[in-house]
Amino acid sequence: MISIRHLSKSFGKLRVLDDVSLDIHRGTVTAILGPNASGKSTLLKCILGLVNPDSGKILIDNEAIAGRWHYRAKLGYMPQIARLPEHLTVAELFSLLRDLRAGDSDNDIELFARYELGPMGAKHLGTLSGGTRQKIIAAVAFLFSPQLLILDEPTVGLDPIATTIFKDKVRKERDNGRTVLLSSHLVNEVEEMADHVIYIQDGKPFFAGTMAEIKSRTSETRLDRALVRIVEASREVRA
Amino acid sequence: MSHAGKILKYELQNLLRSRWLLGTAVVLFGITEILFRFGGDPGRTIASLVNIVLVVVPLMSVVLGTVYFYNSREFNELLLAQPVNRTSIYLGKLIGFAGALCIAFLVGLTGPFLIHSYGLRAHVTELLTLLAIGCALIVIFVSLAFYAATRFEDRIKGLGMTLAVWFFLTVIWDGLILLYVHIFRQYPYEGGLLALVFLNPVDLGRINIMLQLDISALMGYTGAVFQKAFGTTRGLTLTVVAMIVYAMVPVLFGLRTFRRKDF
Repeated sequence: MISIRHLSKSFGKLRVLDDVSLDIHRGTVTAILGPNASGKSTLLKCILGLVNPDSGKILIDNEAIAGRWHYRAKLGYMPQIARLPEHLTVAELFSLLRDLRAGDSDNDIELFARYELGPMGAKHLGTLSGGTRQKIIAAVAFLFSPQLLILDEPTVGLDPIATTIFKDKVRKERDNGRTVLLSSHLVNEVEEMADHVIYIQDGKPFFAGTMAEIKSRTSETRLDRALVRIVEASREVRA
Repeated sequence: MSHAGKILKYELQNLLRSRWLLGTAVVLFGITEILFRFGGDPGRTIASLVNIVLVVVPLMSVVLGTVYFYNSREFNELLLAQPVNRTSIYLGKLIGFAGALCIAFLVGLTGPFLIHSYGLRAHVTELLTLLAIGCALIVIFVSLAFYAATRFEDRIKGLGMTLAVWFFLTVIWDGLILLYVHIFRQYPYEGGLLALVFLNPVDLGRINIMLQLDISALMGYTGAVFQKAFGTTRGLTLTVVAMIVYAMVPVLFGLRTFRRKDF
């Protein structure tokens, strides 16, 4: 689905992505893990076309995305922070996006319904709580049944029940053949949702493979332990 | 409808409900109303409004424009992730914001003139010139504000740059003109003076309104020079063309920066 080849990006002197090459497979949930400022968000934003890489290329369905925008019809994006126009109503936000993506595949309102956003249609976005806004952008990401979902720390602002609903939805879409790429700090959550794990540090992928691979390679049964093993092993090599 | 048109529509919907836009209209309405109470007739009120329109309206445009663009950064990210090109998003937002501010300006300023409409007929051209200049300045300074907010990540830098340009064009420029006239007073300085006035949208606006008002007779010989240069159809055409150019420059720079920017 996505092939990333020799992608590099610097902000000033800081090298955020350093010669990253990765493949993300169709019909899987891939989680990107890594410490703060490791380049997770930047990698996702490169795929979305929000950040222009210095070198390297990204192919989605074998098409290079550089300088293009039509490919984003295949994408659903849930950003980390939800700040929405204060004086638009919930219903107007949805109709704005429907207007912009007129002709895109049928609307998937499952999250919209399960989060009970319907009765809030007339409320202004500025009056809603952070958690509710997070639910709205989650529903927006899934709304157009996109082939590829990009979720940047999706469950951070969600309450436990909303998180469970969200995880169910992610798995359901994966089973429907959609590809999901998400970044997260929460290892337990990744363990529950993801099939593939990419661990990034200092702009370089440290490990990329399936959940089973990472566990068998480190002979650990839990992902958090396995990650610690991998990071420690690499330090010993360097030392 | 194009993507830019759709974004523009929702942008207007959002802005026209916001309190600060209502506040802008109310303040302008209040100032105009007070000037009417003191001066009494439309002619004098227009003359008093000239400096408000030339100084306060650009200031409002840069401050509100910069703050607004910085505040909509997160939502812009969501828009940029949709299948829409960056040019449509930028132009939709820019035209929406400048349009909303023009509406507030027009409503606020025109309101009292409609209430005190006695004797307005003789001053319709003056009022329309004032309103047109005000709207042109709003478009120019909002474009500048959006460019600065795109160019600088740091809000303080962005706001600082727009305020510096505003201060330069409304205050320092006039000082430069006086200095120029003082240095070259022994020489025929009219050509240079016209060029200096033409190079600044605020001064260009000022001269055009002044010439509509009776007070231009007080400007003596200089007034005659201006009358000759700006009072003709050719002068008016040049003014309109210059204003469009002054709006296009920050729009194009902003668009270029926005298209290449990393979010």
